[in-house]
Amino acid sequence: MLLDNYQTEDFFDEMFEADGKVRPHYEAVAEVFNDVSIDEFRNKQTAVDASFMRHGVTFTVYSDDQGTEKIFPFDCAPRVISAEEWDTIEAGLIQRITALNLFLHDLYHDQKILKDRTIPASYIFGAKHFRRECSGMDVAKGIYVHICGTDLIRDRQGRYLVLEDNLRCPSGASYMLENRAALKRAFPDLFQSVKPLPVGAYSQDLLAALQYAAPDSYGGDDHPTVVLLTPGVFNSAYFEHAFLARQMGIPIVEGRDLVVRDSKVYMRTTAGLVRVDVIYRRIDDDFLDPSKFREDSLLGVPGLFNAARAGNVTLANAVGTGVADDKAVYCFVPKIIKYYLDQDPILPNVETYMASEDDHRSHILANLDKLVVKAANEAGGYGMLMGPWASKAEIEMFRKNIEADPRNFIAQDPISLSRHPTWVGEGFEGRHIDLRPYILYGEKVTVTPGGLTRVALRKGSLVVNSSQGGGSKDTWVLRHPNSKPAQQG
Amino acid sequence: MPKTTQGPTFKEEFARSKQNNVMLSRVAGSLYWMSRYLERAENVARLLDVNLQLLLDFGELDDQSLKEHWGPILQAIGDEELFFQLYETADSESVTDFITFCPTNPNSLVCCLSNARENARQVRDQISGEMWTVLNDAYHFINNHDIRKVWDGDVGAFYDQIKQFSHLFQGITVSTFARNEGFEFIQFGKYMERADKTSRLLDVKYHILLPKVTDVGGAVDAAQWQAVLRSTSALEGYRRFYVADILAWKVAEFLIFQESFPRSIYFCVDQLRQFVQLISEDRAGESQSAGVRKFGKFASSLKFLTTDDVFKQGLHQFVTEVQEQLAEVASYMFETYMYSPPVDMVAEIRFHQQQEQQQQSPVQCVEVVN
Repeated sequence: MLLDNYQTEDFFDEMFEADGKVRPHYEAVAEVFNDVSIDEFRNKQTAVDASFMRHGVTFTVYSDDQGTEKIFPFDCAPRVISAEEWDTIEAGLIQRITALNLFLHDLYHDQKILKDRTIPASYIFGAKHFRRECSGMDVAKGIYVHICGTDLIRDRQGRYLVLEDNLRCPSGASYMLENRAALKRAFPDLFQSVKPLPVGAYSQDLLAALQYAAPDSYGGDDHPTVVLLTPGVFNSAYFEHAFLARQMGIPIVEGRDLVVRDSKVYMRTTAGLVRVDVIYRRIDDDFLDPSKFREDSLLGVPGLFNAARAGNVTLANAVGTGVADDKAVYCFVPKIIKYYLDQDPILPNVETYMASEDDHRSHILANLDKLVVKAANEAGGYGMLMGPWASKAEIEMFRKNIEADPRNFIAQDPISLSRHPTWVGEGFEGRHIDLRPYILYGEKVTVTPGGLTRVALRKGSLVVNSSQGGGSKDTWVLRHPNSKPAQQG
Repeated sequence: MPKTTQGPTFKEEFARSKQNNVMLSRVAGSLYWMSRYLERAENVARLLDVNLQLLLDFGELDDQSLKEHWGPILQAIGDEELFFQLYETADSESVTDFITFCPTNPNSLVCCLSNARENARQVRDQISGEMWTVLNDAYHFINNHDIRKVWDGDVGAFYDQIKQFSHLFQGITVSTFARNEGFEFIQFGKYMERADKTSRLLDVKYHILLPKVTDVGGAVDAAQWQAVLRSTSALEGYRRFYVADILAWKVAEFLIFQESFPRSIYFCVDQLRQFVQLISEDRAGESQSAGVRKFGKFASSLKFLTTDDVFKQGLHQFVTEVQEQLAEVASYMFETYMYSPPVDMVAEIRFHQQQEQQQQSPVQCVEVVN
């Protein structure tokens, strides 16, 4: 049997309770897996890998000038979330994105939250991604964050905590969709017995949210022209850009395909210039418009920001959202929720120390070997110190950096992320996981049931990022016992 | 009957989708090159396969004969100069390596398939998943670490596989790709490449071989013409049509004028004419432009030519004219539809920065007054 020798060890395991009993919401999965032999499972896993390669679900690693294509490792054991747990997650995420969106609007307009000193202004003006250019600028329907991917983790008690918000260009939604398709092909029996909620509506919801975001000045029919702006085929996420564009049936464009005239955006087509209304941009603020931001950006479109500012085109997400996922600003999110919504946060933050606060800083500096330190403006697992596993030299380097620029650092107690049975070639072992659900802000806020479960494939590793040895799993949200019959998707 | 709120009718939907169905110039270009490169791979694979087999009929050959055998092949592919920069002698091994695996030969199979796939990747959102999978398979097939072993194991099967990728792709395109502008560019690319290869092959074979009067009509000659026909997949068609010996002038007639054979020059040019027409019709006025009319005239002139005319004019001259006409219409279509001139970033940035300053200047004036 597949899971006979599985050890939960001293961790919160998603599938097994501490005494080794299968958790109720995993029973159906356990039943199916118990009928599968190791050889059978290995064959299925190999077939899934080959299928990803064949369909080009790959990213390119440029270690030599040729560039080799790799698949983003996928683990066939699905992560299951019960209906009740999901209700909490969903409500918590909707609450969070609603508050952060109001926060962004406030920051770029009246700055009430700064004026009444709920948040010290220095944190905002010192944030790398705060864009003064956006002050006083209105965005269509008041929506700044159309697409959000929030990273959740579970601690030793199994509590869901928010690790970080990704409010700029969160990626990975295509893997959520491809993982589901792959697992359906590999284990149709599982779906027969478990019937998780479908994720397939994501691309349609995304298109609807983008169309809803058309500029207020847009006067056409229900179908504004929406395009996806990509840095190009050499970007590691190009697969995702093409995938989502295809699912939505919208053109994928590069900077060179667009041109701005009279503060309006056009694309160059075989039939001449065609007006563009909404741009789902997968290029960071810095590279978006070389006439406004980095002049050396060859990926961007000169004049684009001005066109957005003039209200002639919507950028999704808006420029300047990065200030709200700054790691120092993160610490204030519970206050932000309270301030704008007068509610207590449904999903708590991870306990965080800010190096810019004197008492916190002395605690951080005294405990560098026990804490996880993060640079405020970095993403993707870079600029991070894992104290308990770090060398003396690394610790000393961070000590220097923190003392030089305290505003740029936060620290957290290391969270022992929950673990999940994961295929390791000859059987299953526990590996640490997190969860990135995708939230879309259109006419209403929707959270796709599921998301991307990332798994740290290296034994003992807590880093789930794909650039650093991470893989992913299909994520299942179960239905309430008396909910509607299964839909396709 | 209660009235229900009606969505848009099919007709309205169709009209809208037609209007929304704009295609980036860059996309048109990528579809065209994707299609051309794959067609090129198929033609090159067939040519090489046939000629490797043909050699088996000749017994021992000295260096000079080998060179005479492979020279025209290299000319037909158009890379003779590059070849002799890279290899000393033209023999089966070097030519095969050059045409199949050489990464610096842009027309080698490995480059053709990689380029076809790279162009497809650029427009991954525009083509069907099935089309993409074939090109991706082809790419992984030829970039496999063990590919030379596969080639060694069964040369014929290797080239068959390449041809099959192309055939599969064409079938899938016809059955999964919408008949829109993109389809027209794909077909335009395919027939352009095919017309080019058929005409080049005719040219080198006749140009090089006809003067050698001693061989004409001999066994070697017949094998050569057979090889020409097989290189264009035309042997069976030829036999069915003429039910006769393989004669040089009839081979020429078949490959130039046979209007029912899908690789003849006439057939390809006629298809090109139709797709040029379709593409230009999508833009008002373009269908009457000089470029479109000139190619149309050329295409219809082929209808009234005979083999006698061609031989009187000289086959080489005729083929040269065909090549010129093809090149002209290809560059016309490229410049009109597929090419978007690169943006002068520096000028563009300055333009927008100045524009913004001008917009802000009234405000600055007010400040000065205050």
